[in-house]
Amino acid sequence: MDQLLQQIINGISLGSIYALIALGYTMVYGIIKLINFAHCDVYMIGAYIGFVCITSLKLGLIPALLIAMAICTILGVLIERIAYRPLRNATRIAVLITAIGVSLLLENGMILIASPQVRVYPQIDGLLAKSFDIGRITINMKQVLILATTIILMILLQFIVKRTRIGKAMRAVSLDTEAAQLMGINVDTTISFTFAIGSALAGAAGVLVGVYYNSINPLMGLLPGLKAFVAAVFGGIGIIPGAMLGGYFIGMVETMVAGYGGSMFRDAVVFAILIFILIVKPTGLLGKNVREKV
Amino acid sequence: MLEVRDLNVYFGVIHALKGISLSVNEGEIVTLIGANGAGKTTSLRAISGLIKARSGDILLNGQSIINMSAKDRVKNGIVHVPEGRHVFTEMTVLENLELGAYLRRDKAGIAQDIKQVYKHFPILHERRKQAAGTLSGGEQQMLAIGRALMSKPKILFLDEPSMGLAPLLVQEIFSIIKTINEAGTTILLVEQNANMALQIANRAYVLENGSIRVSGSGQELLKSDAIKKAYLGG
Repeated sequence: MDQLLQQIINGISLGSIYALIALGYTMVYGIIKLINFAHCDVYMIGAYIGFVCITSLKLGLIPALLIAMAICTILGVLIERIAYRPLRNATRIAVLITAIGVSLLLENGMILIASPQVRVYPQIDGLLAKSFDIGRITINMKQVLILATTIILMILLQFIVKRTRIGKAMRAVSLDTEAAQLMGINVDTTISFTFAIGSALAGAAGVLVGVYYNSINPLMGLLPGLKAFVAAVFGGIGIIPGAMLGGYFIGMVETMVAGYGGSMFRDAVVFAILIFILIVKPTGLLGKNVREKV
Repeated sequence: MLEVRDLNVYFGVIHALKGISLSVNEGEIVTLIGANGAGKTTSLRAISGLIKARSGDILLNGQSIINMSAKDRVKNGIVHVPEGRHVFTEMTVLENLELGAYLRRDKAGIAQDIKQVYKHFPILHERRKQAAGTLSGGEQQMLAIGRALMSKPKILFLDEPSMGLAPLLVQEIFSIIKTINEAGTTILLVEQNANMALQIANRAYVLENGSIRVSGSGQELLKSDAIKKAYLGG
């Protein structure tokens, strides 16, 4: 029982990271029907920016988090503008291949700049180094930080999407791009904004992972990126609450498998879930079957 | 009010609009009729900025808008109700109407206009909290028109508003179009139902293979033998 609770707590931390990354995949897919494979590298770059902020610039965690989010926002917008916008009317496979190209560029670019070696996030002193026990379960402050940051960001995201003008534009463009245009919505601006938000969330996830697992490297985005993608598909790609749900589900499953002696299979199980969901309900858990009324 | 001069549109190598010229005067209902694939929808899409014309000019109140984005054309009062309605199915009726007012900032005016739309279409008021996708075809058409009215159109484009509707509903939609026109909105109407369209139109253009074949007043064309034979079924 204690072990189960402990694993649940670990699962929530991992799930938060997956959920943050999955949101970027799902929002971009919702709006331009592209699996943005470069997204996981924006997450990696977020981790590096956080690393530089904390080690070289001697900044605190919160400023590092905010700076990483800001730079990733710009990066995401630039990627869209330079790589994807010129292909707006191209076939989907052309854009998809471009996304893989951007991903390779970012990974190898980072290897060139920062060398392929693993970097170690400095131990953060003070409150974050502490942990506390409830019964025989240990919760450390880093886990609290991850969960709190994720919840704040998700509330913020919900607010933007549901309540603001640009959020309404995002929903309109993702539902029907052409009709949105006829309402006077600038589709290009809306797409840029979607990349901005998704990338900011990925940047935050990058810093949180650095703090939680301590080590980062230029290829760190690959596996979490794929798993977050599975999470997005599991919840129903294009659906924001689906990505949150999927992220936590995948994080939890992976932790449970690892925690109960299946460490070797943790990745395999996640991808088995992908295969299973694609066979049983390809639209994802919250996905609807699309019907058209004549 | 609206003047189109020698407009050419290509889809790849296909020459879809071959030098179309037409004009719509303030307060008129003008209709474009013609067979499937004649270029009616393409004309509307080119004028509202959804597709780019290769050459030619479009003037709105004497000013060229050919290089304007679709957004700026909406801002200038060109509002387009597309073929197949294109309501935002997962949003409520009210949210759809609010999106029609996306470019407006006058909250009081928007609230006033929503009331006005409900007056035109009482059924929309009844269903205001329902997802638009759950409405019937006729109700969705009303919503699409209502949403367009929220953009404060000076000239309203209606593409096949009667498509797929029961005859009784077609009558209703056409009478609403007349009402909107009488309230001061100029209308450019594209219709397969040439008979109905010609009856309410001041003037009409007949499109064939991307060119304008005939133009004249609605009544004239209704009586023309050639038109009767080609488009009115006898």
